[in-house]
Amino acid sequence: MKTKIKITSLFFLLALFTHTVFAVNDGGYTKERDVRSEYKEFKDHHLKDNHSFKIFYYKTGNKKKYISFPLPVIIYSEHGLDVFMSSKFYNEKNKRVSHIIDDRIYKIDKKSEKIKATLASGKELKVIDFSITKNVVLILLCIFLMLFVFIKMARSYSKNPIPSGAGRFLEPIVLYIRDDIARPNIGEKHYKRYMGFLLTVFFFIWFVNLFGLTPVGSNVTNNIAVTASLALLTYIITTFTANKNYWGHIFWMPGVPTPMKLILAPIELLGTIIKPFSLMIRLYANMTAGHVVLMSILGLIFIFQSWLGGTLSFGLAFALCLLELLVCALQAYIFTMLSALYFGAAVEEHHHD
Amino acid sequence: MEKLITDFSLGLFFWQTLLFIVLVVFLKKYAWKPILSAVEDREEGIKDALASAVKAKAEMESLNADNERVLLEAKQERDKLLKEARETKDYIIKEAKEKANIEADRLMSSAKEQIANEKIKAITELKKTVASLSIDIAEKVLKSELKDKSMQEKFIETTLEDTELN
Amino acid sequence: MEIPAIVGGGLVVIGAGIGIGRIGGSALEAMARQPELTGKIQTVMLIAAALIEGIGFAALFAL
Repeated sequence: MKTKIKITSLFFLLALFTHTVFAVNDGGYTKERDVRSEYKEFKDHHLKDNHSFKIFYYKTGNKKKYISFPLPVIIYSEHGLDVFMSSKFYNEKNKRVSHIIDDRIYKIDKKSEKIKATLASGKELKVIDFSITKNVVLILLCIFLMLFVFIKMARSYSKNPIPSGAGRFLEPIVLYIRDDIARPNIGEKHYKRYMGFLLTVFFFIWFVNLFGLTPVGSNVTNNIAVTASLALLTYIITTFTANKNYWGHIFWMPGVPTPMKLILAPIELLGTIIKPFSLMIRLYANMTAGHVVLMSILGLIFIFQSWLGGTLSFGLAFALCLLELLVCALQAYIFTMLSALYFGAAVEEHHHD
Repeated sequence: MEKLITDFSLGLFFWQTLLFIVLVVFLKKYAWKPILSAVEDREEGIKDALASAVKAKAEMESLNADNERVLLEAKQERDKLLKEARETKDYIIKEAKEKANIEADRLMSSAKEQIANEKIKAITELKKTVASLSIDIAEKVLKSELKDKSMQEKFIETTLEDTELN
Repeated sequence: MEIPAIVGGGLVVIGAGIGIGRIGGSALEAMARQPELTGKIQTVMLIAAALIEGIGFAALFAL
């Protein structure tokens, strides 16, 4: 009975979701080219960061209506800090407008969704955009969720040595990271130092990836900045906790002839940068690729516009969603695993005869 | 590659780094540390419980063995004590007997010696008395025999006759 | 005639695909032969696959 209700509610949710998607189609676009270009635009837009949190839109007549809420925009330039809400970029009719503060004119570039600023004199102003964008909101949401879940889990241990609730599900994962990722790769002696980072990075990537699969918003790990930040932290931790041995193996590889040492040193040095770089690219590319493929398969509905396309698209998208569920966890696992591997290399103690 | 660089948003990078570091710090302090220590405590507890169970079992076995050993030892001790007591008793008796024998022998020999001594003394005394009596008697006899002149001459003659002068 | 860069991308994907396929196949064989080592083999397999994948992605982004 209970599973029946669950399945019914799932179909209901799906129906709701598909309805909103089909709503795009009701606008009277009959020409194939138009649908394609509009869907491509929609897809590209979906994968980009945004200054307002758009949940979905529907059309009444010929007008798009957005269900969204504005987010704060924080812009730093040589004229100082400007803070305002992103709703200032839209007028009552939902048209894009420029926002003017003193002599600075801000507007959102339609293609890249980035903020461009010009001075009243027409000169372009260089800005750094520290806005709380959709992705930052998702990051915050994920952080609050993690803090809530894990602190609650930690509290439950003070009452009972056996966890309750979500802890029952999460504790084996925590233990898995400790026993199968940290311990064998870093070593019994040093692994405790890295547990905080490894656990946090695993659950952060995993949760954030799962958020990306919900219809709520775009995926955070779709942004190279996010993965770059995570990889940079791995790089910094590796570099600053590395022992003499690690640097010895990079600059003066023991056990090889001297001319070889001179060749190996720059390669090894480059290797230390390539390692986190590959971490960054891997996570970003995997999640982006998954989303692009998923969005493209969903797009079949609008391109075929027949029962065949709809069925095919639904089946494929469903299968791909399942695969993505796996990839979400797998990418988090691989990021954590490789980070642990790099930390392990940094603190390893070699014993040469 | 160009797409990656143009897509890079410094703001997002800043927020991600800041928020993630804060997250790591908070979770480390309020979540991972208590969780991991609780899990470790639990594992340690399980390990200890198992170890102590094994230890208790071994102790139980050794206690049983100990009891038996103690019993056996006590028995042996008792036997030994009894044996020793018996030996002591025999020894004491034997020694007492020996001592008594020696004493008796000693007493006997000293008594014999004394008796011998007394005998010799008595004999010597007797001899002296007899000698003096004989002399007295001889005197008296001589005195009575040699009262007249003729008798004296006769005696001298017989004595001279008996004595060979060579 | 100039060969478009996407052809190179395709080649990279083919190469990476063959590589990951071989890793998966070998891991499967190894796991069938020694089921008690499944966990270890899986870990090593995933790392190797991830490294190949990283090279593949790097090549694709270099397009």
